[in-house]
Amino acid sequence: MGVRKAITGAQASAEAMRQINPDVVAAYPITPQTPIVEEFAKYVADGVVDTEMVAVESEHSAMSAVVGAETAGARAMSATSSQGLALMWEVVAATPGLRLPIVMSLVNRTISAPINIHCDHSDVMGLTTLGWIQIFSENAQEVYENTLLAIRVAEDNRVQLPAMVNQDGFITSHAVEPVEIFDDASVQRFVGARSLDRALLDVKQVRSVGPLVLPDYLFEFKRAQEEAMSKVFEVYREVGAELGAITGRQYPFFETYQTEDAEAVIVVLNSAAGTTKAAIDIMRAHGKKVGLLKPILFRPFPYAEVREALKNVPVIGVLDRSMAFGACAPLYAELRNALWALDKRPAMQSYIYGLGGRDIMTTEIEGVFEELLSGKLDSEHQRYIGLRG
Amino acid sequence: MKDIYEVRMHGRAGQGAKSGSQLLAEAAFKEGKYIQSFPEYGSERRGAPTVSYTKIADKVLKSHEPIVNPDAVLVLDFGIMRSIMVAAGLSETGVLIVNTRVCSEEIKKLAQFSGTLYGVDATGISMDLLGMDTPNVPMLGAFAKLTNIVKMESLEEVIRAHFLPKIGEDKVQKNIGMLRRGYEEVFK
Repeated sequence: MGVRKAITGAQASAEAMRQINPDVVAAYPITPQTPIVEEFAKYVADGVVDTEMVAVESEHSAMSAVVGAETAGARAMSATSSQGLALMWEVVAATPGLRLPIVMSLVNRTISAPINIHCDHSDVMGLTTLGWIQIFSENAQEVYENTLLAIRVAEDNRVQLPAMVNQDGFITSHAVEPVEIFDDASVQRFVGARSLDRALLDVKQVRSVGPLVLPDYLFEFKRAQEEAMSKVFEVYREVGAELGAITGRQYPFFETYQTEDAEAVIVVLNSAAGTTKAAIDIMRAHGKKVGLLKPILFRPFPYAEVREALKNVPVIGVLDRSMAFGACAPLYAELRNALWALDKRPAMQSYIYGLGGRDIMTTEIEGVFEELLSGKLDSEHQRYIGLRG
Repeated sequence: MKDIYEVRMHGRAGQGAKSGSQLLAEAAFKEGKYIQSFPEYGSERRGAPTVSYTKIADKVLKSHEPIVNPDAVLVLDFGIMRSIMVAAGLSETGVLIVNTRVCSEEIKKLAQFSGTLYGVDATGISMDLLGMDTPNVPMLGAFAKLTNIVKMESLEEVIRAHFLPKIGEDKVQKNIGMLRRGYEEVFK
């Protein structure tokens, strides 16, 4: 049993970082990530952690500093949002190829333009092809636990890849909720210390990092990276079981809610999954068989497991908080891919919701379920929830 | 109490609607309730209208949507009622508390509310005890008296925990005084 505190998602992220006590944190403040950095800077100033905090002049430098520290052998972390992620993109893209297990909080905010500080997933969905492990969090509790989990998954020797822990900007990052914080000693035993067997500063085993690799070998580097990514599943399961021994919770690749006998299922990421559960509770009370599948591990994507979980569901609606402009929305595309191999494929409908912080209401989710149950679908066109006419 | 008790606070940036919502949530949390508290963020600047939400329940709060049918509405600046329908979604039996010296016909008309309107001179109390306009704390005292949703002791504990490191014992005492006067002085 841990201690329950009333804190925000941003504070939950900082709490996890406090317990991890990384060697280095480099970050540049950006709304709505700022309170993570603020809170963690306080821990540094108060001597609660012995992290070296590097104040940088931009996100590009933040990620560069973290890359340098990790290459040397340190455990280094960062946090950002939206334009900050965009500015650090060059270095973010290099990190998986350098095989550096950096863990970074991403507080999801829409990408400019128009400029807007509020939540959608256009920041993360712009870089899911780069090779970072992507984990999504419904609420502050999940932010806290997913951050602890991410460190161990990323650093496992079978993986050695960076991981992003996503939470919805403002909706999660700035909302106060009860969060159970587990005791420092158990958590610190769980997170341990980063293995130094690949550290550049290990003078007994001299190596080079980030070399020029020409067409004769680059292909092989990338193939190895894919192999590492495929190992995430088994490591995630093992590490999840270890963390579960402390928290009493389970860490599945995705959560299903009322899907067993469901006639219609919604698939949605992050905080809107909670709102969907509230809608399901209301509709179930009226005898409507509806359910939810909430992806948690988005990269790598657990295609086979998702397919197995949804194989008997006749109608599926996928709600995306970002668009792919001219293509299937990102989450919808993954669900189509996952379910294509079924002999009897479900009817599917793509929905876009919540861009730039547009609220998504329980009543709107109920409306989506009613539409899915009615069978009036159009798999060729995405629909928009709460768009002004 | 229905499944989820929902409170909406309207104010102007700088008046403490966000802190007020959070203090209320934390007081309920102290009493073992599940809570959510979050403000609506716009382009924040001092004086701009703000709105902040508190949800209180006996079970886990799953939804992350804003409040559209509040059980209580607290208005930290009555002038805001000229441009915002503060009573939107509030049922006739709901609680509306306005920071005002008088529940005049003009105030009632501005509120556009068919139920009972309560007033408390939160600005006056705050100016009196603290010498500055922070109406959120007296408003919470008035709310506690009218609804019994949270105990005064819980609010006092939370005010102490929040403010002691920031403003010291003397001002904590003054804030608790403001809370109590809000409780005592709320009127119809």
